[in-house]
Amino acid sequence: MTMIFGIPLQAFMGQLLIGLINGSFYALLSLGLAVIFGLLRVINFAHGAQYMLGAFVAMLMLQYFGINYWFALLLAPIVVGLFGAVIERLLLSRLYKLDHLYGLLFTFGLALTIEGTFRYLYGSSGQPYAPPPALTGATNLGFMFLPNYRGWVVVVSLIACIGTWLLIEKTKLGAYLRAATENPTLVQAFGVNVPMLLTLTYALGAGLAAFAGVLAAPVYQVSPLMGSNIIIVVFAVVVVGGMGSIMGAIVTGYMLGIAEGLTKVFYPEASNIVIFVIMAIVLLIRPAGLFGRDA
Amino acid sequence: MSHVAHSTTTTTARTERSATASKAYAAFLGIGLVLLIVAPLFFYPIFLMKLLCFALFACAFNLLLGYTGLLSFGHATFFGGAAYFTAHVTKEWGVTPEIGILIGVAGAAALGLIMGFFAIRRQGIYFAMITLALSQMFFFFCLQAEFTHGEDGIQSVPRGHLFGFIDLNDTTSMYYFVLAVFLIGMIVIWRFINSPFGMILKSIRENEQRAISLGYSVARYKLGAFVMSAALAGLAGGTKALVFQFATLTDVGWQMSGEVILMTLLGGIGTLIGPVFGAGLVVTLQNYLATSQFPVTIITGVVFMVCVLLFRRGIIGEFYASRLGRKLGFEHRR
Repeated sequence: MTMIFGIPLQAFMGQLLIGLINGSFYALLSLGLAVIFGLLRVINFAHGAQYMLGAFVAMLMLQYFGINYWFALLLAPIVVGLFGAVIERLLLSRLYKLDHLYGLLFTFGLALTIEGTFRYLYGSSGQPYAPPPALTGATNLGFMFLPNYRGWVVVVSLIACIGTWLLIEKTKLGAYLRAATENPTLVQAFGVNVPMLLTLTYALGAGLAAFAGVLAAPVYQVSPLMGSNIIIVVFAVVVVGGMGSIMGAIVTGYMLGIAEGLTKVFYPEASNIVIFVIMAIVLLIRPAGLFGRDA
Repeated sequence: MSHVAHSTTTTTARTERSATASKAYAAFLGIGLVLLIVAPLFFYPIFLMKLLCFALFACAFNLLLGYTGLLSFGHATFFGGAAYFTAHVTKEWGVTPEIGILIGVAGAAALGLIMGFFAIRRQGIYFAMITLALSQMFFFFCLQAEFTHGEDGIQSVPRGHLFGFIDLNDTTSMYYFVLAVFLIGMIVIWRFINSPFGMILKSIRENEQRAISLGYSVARYKLGAFVMSAALAGLAGGTKALVFQFATLTDVGWQMSGEVILMTLLGGIGTLIGPVFGAGLVVTLQNYLATSQFPVTIITGVVFMVCVLLFRRGIIGEFYASRLGRKLGFEHRR
């Protein structure tokens, strides 16, 4: 058997893949957080809850309406995005003039409410969600077996990340967004509907989280707790990357996911704290974060 | 959280007003003290002790949020960490309860020093996220460490004999011991915020740039406040471990950090006594809901949102700002 650093190649590649999968979710979620923060100056604590909502919407659509995975991947983000838009319009928008910490506290309350409701309705244990038939099975890559669904997750989340980056950096809407980040008053004076832009941005962020949730449903189980488990790690990712750049959020997400996967190979006991340790080291060396501009 | 100073009142009027305010304060304090002393005659003592522990915890947290303007999302680490330390040393080493609590306080202060060292490198929401991440790291540490006994926690911790001769297994003695701890903690907090150190902290809260340009090394003051707040949270946590005679993972989880924020927000950020009321309300609510099937999290979440949207001054803050409060000479901010 081929060995790498004294570890069987199979096991090594397996953990690397798990790291890459986790990294995909970290990237998608920290990207959404960065997009929302860039314009709204709100740290969306409910991001984990929206991720969980995405997975639940997909599962419930299958159970009650027989809507399959592919439609769910499209519909769940829209449903959660709309929910996000309503929340932003009615409640969150009242807090922009206040200290940013109130936005964090509000979305924390929102996250608790959503999570509590789903725990009340569906219990704490996870429920399975089968991957679509087209993506079951595995491909032999010669050195390892790659489950098709996991390969799909890596590819599609990469596409989603790059797509969002292109949307913000290369389109007219993205240009408005970036301009409104720099100077909302001036952009409003040019006749751009900034409040609408804010609502759209929050909906986009929530939709991205839900998209990640649907992708995650077949990999992990659908559980009310899946959001709060991941969001704290994503916060650490965001601290490491700094929220100044979209690309920074994506790159950091993948990097830390892989670092976590590799730690599982070499020192499993530390695998769930390695990201926090990296965060502490980055804070010592570069307090503003790897890609951060604002401290 | 920035506050706008009250500039309309003249200095003389303010001194007169604060004279009535301090009289009113003294009166309320006296009534409160009497109520606390006779309370075990009317209420279940364990419930009262839980309330006092959480009230002290919330006041310790408020020292940081209300008086320094730093929102820590990781205070469960100090509360729960101290609970573990106190439980461990009283059970395994057989030390007396007061030594056990002091070791808990020292441990919490050490944890505060470490967490504060990293967290004060960033401000605002980043500060909140860093404290949250580091406290989650401590949670995982407690999950895996030997001495915490993982999911089981440290069970059947002996209350022991205070100073070697007062038996704390007697509920009445235990209650007055907890009350004494609470009062000591409150006096320390009161002294601290009215000291020159506390004044500098308030100036950092109001305008950090100006404090820096006045020559204060803001980072050191922030770290000092962080350690102080952590140590006092540890005092509450260690005492709680003796009251309930166990220390578990619940006390170090992020939900606990959220709870203490809620207590402070509900009672009134930046008021000395507000968090006590906030803690009282939250603990009562939890006790009430514990018997029903309805999950506490939903209520907590909704109360959080309502507080942030409509009720940012908190109970005591609203009272100070009300007509009666102003008549009594209390100052309200914002």
